[in-house]
Amino acid sequence: MSEVHSNWQLALQLALEAEVIPHNSTVVNNLARWTISADDWLRFATIAQQHHLRWVAGWAEQREDTFVVNACFASQTGYLWLQTELHIEKPQLPSQATIYPVASRSERHTQDMFGIHFVDRPDSRKWTRHCAWKKHDYPLRKDFPLQGMPEVITPANMDYQFVKARGAGVYEVPVGPIHAGIIEPGHFRFQAVGETILNLEERLAYVHKGIEKLAEGRTPEKLVRLAGRISGDSTVAHSWAACRAMEQAAGITIPERAAFIRGILCERERIANHLGDIGAICNDVGFAFAQMQFSRLREQWQRNSASVFGHRLLMDRLIPGGVKVDLSVADCTLLTQELKVLRKELDETIPALDLNSSLEDRLFTTGYLSPSTAATYGVVGYVARASGQDFDVRRDVSYAPYNQLNIKVAVEEQGDVASRVWVRIKEVFASIKLLSQMLTQLPEGELVTAWQKPKEYSEGLAMVEGWRGEIMTYVRFSSDDKISRFYARDPSHFGFLALEKIVLNNIVPDFPVCNKSVNPSYSGNDL
Amino acid sequence: MLRLFAKTLKTGIVTEKIKRPDASELDALGIEVKRQVDKYFSGSIAIRAVDAGSCNGCELEIHALNNPIYDVERYGIHFVASPRHADVLLVTGPVARHMQTALLRTYEATPNPKWVIAVGDCAACGGEFGVSYASCGAVANVIPVDIVIPGCPPTPETLVKGLLSLMKK
Repeated sequence: MSEVHSNWQLALQLALEAEVIPHNSTVVNNLARWTISADDWLRFATIAQQHHLRWVAGWAEQREDTFVVNACFASQTGYLWLQTELHIEKPQLPSQATIYPVASRSERHTQDMFGIHFVDRPDSRKWTRHCAWKKHDYPLRKDFPLQGMPEVITPANMDYQFVKARGAGVYEVPVGPIHAGIIEPGHFRFQAVGETILNLEERLAYVHKGIEKLAEGRTPEKLVRLAGRISGDSTVAHSWAACRAMEQAAGITIPERAAFIRGILCERERIANHLGDIGAICNDVGFAFAQMQFSRLREQWQRNSASVFGHRLLMDRLIPGGVKVDLSVADCTLLTQELKVLRKELDETIPALDLNSSLEDRLFTTGYLSPSTAATYGVVGYVARASGQDFDVRRDVSYAPYNQLNIKVAVEEQGDVASRVWVRIKEVFASIKLLSQMLTQLPEGELVTAWQKPKEYSEGLAMVEGWRGEIMTYVRFSSDDKISRFYARDPSHFGFLALEKIVLNNIVPDFPVCNKSVNPSYSGNDL
Repeated sequence: MLRLFAKTLKTGIVTEKIKRPDASELDALGIEVKRQVDKYFSGSIAIRAVDAGSCNGCELEIHALNNPIYDVERYGIHFVASPRHADVLLVTGPVARHMQTALLRTYEATPNPKWVIAVGDCAACGGEFGVSYASCGAVANVIPVDIVIPGCPPTPETLVKGLLSLMKK
């Protein structure tokens, strides 16, 4: 990520100077960090948007009597970390959500968790807080105990003001938090006329488990365990991001072999999830053939994960400094053989999907996300790539082992459910190629670099391309090798926002297929 | 369409057979599950899965029960969309405080007699999340639990075993 003197940052720097926005530039682990005054928070966003930067994440932290507020932005080729400080007595700064609508839920989260007020924010309702803590209690402040002061029974959150639609024939469909399938909880409020969706509003944070607070005071190993449970289907990707952030903070480089094994685990996770989802998307329009075939393939895949790596979902295979599992020559042969079998199976199954006109009829034009909306929202992962956004952390801001591999990024332009299915199919094939590259090029050597206690207050900010897309993780250590702040922004943050747009003008019964094509993680979003 | 039929025929029946001579543990379990379902539930048992705060790992494995390899429906076990249709609540996750009332209402909406299975380490004891300002911890801290299926997440085989142990109770 040595992007410090890149052109886009120079251009931005000139723009800031022209606007007289003083900024203090430092470099943290090859990443540029600019510190500005809180008063310039909004003006910076305006300039960033003029320079077509994507909003990546926003998070805050309490350091004694100061709040440090952070935002991360990205160009096509690198990241920029923006920071400002507020005094605890006057915790307010201008909202960036007026410029970047995607920042809104993040600001509402920071408001609920820290009591930092974003002036003129477009949406002043609470977000992460329901009724488990009081309005003027802020769980991520240092004086808030982990146990909190909960009531015996936390009441349902009944006073949330949903957007209303009125008029002849307009009706409302409330769905959730508990849904009809075997899925995570969240609330969806539809306004519909006939079967057509006029508006969808999401109310999430039902599975808020206090992950950020729980991370405080953990050892590096225990943090990886927790990160592996942010979202069960992204366990490898989230543990990897947490490991990378901590390794940066500690100044550790992991052995090449460990990086390759992490890559193998991550691509296996990608394939497993895509296989499951492709089947499930088809099943949501009643095409059981695909569901049966793909869930069979997924099961075989998971069984091999269990026999070679010791866990069906590959949980807890990463540790700070490296990996816990090794691959023998026999394992590599088995995995290479498995790739051949999978490819053959797909070569038989996918034409049956492709040539099926009834499936085509249901997936084409359904759930359209225009390239311009995808760009405005800064959507990531396959949702972005199905709407023409050509970005992938593995290729564009590469890291080991991907910087030694030939990465092909699948992009589709149509932006509908069919495009998302096709991007996922292509990603499965691309991952098969990556896996076979990694298995043949697997370097010899150690599995772990011995952990070194990081310096007091050292920080790390890492991105990983998980199967859903870019994950951003921030870590700051206190003294004694303990975590003082941990924040992970799951790609679902964007997935949920995109979903609200995707379903517009679709029929209510197509919501499941639209949702599955995006498949955002509630747990990853709610933390 | 021909390709579809060709692939279907070529794949054949992948469901792991119940009455094979080299029956694995799962096959033996299957026979036992079926017998118990027939005896105590008149041949069928309806399950409502409730995620009360899980990381979604347990859900992935519960989903696997319905893949053609495990195919639990052949034992008379099926998943239903409403607690009002359910004999059993299959609850995952530590109970997030924001889900506490929803879980209690679901429990109340399930007709008697009813059983609750807590699935996964989080549901069993709070797991990685424990009790905090945001989490009630184990499912038993919120509603009465009949049996616990531990694991992070439990494998489909462990889930089938767990269902059996409920029926033998």
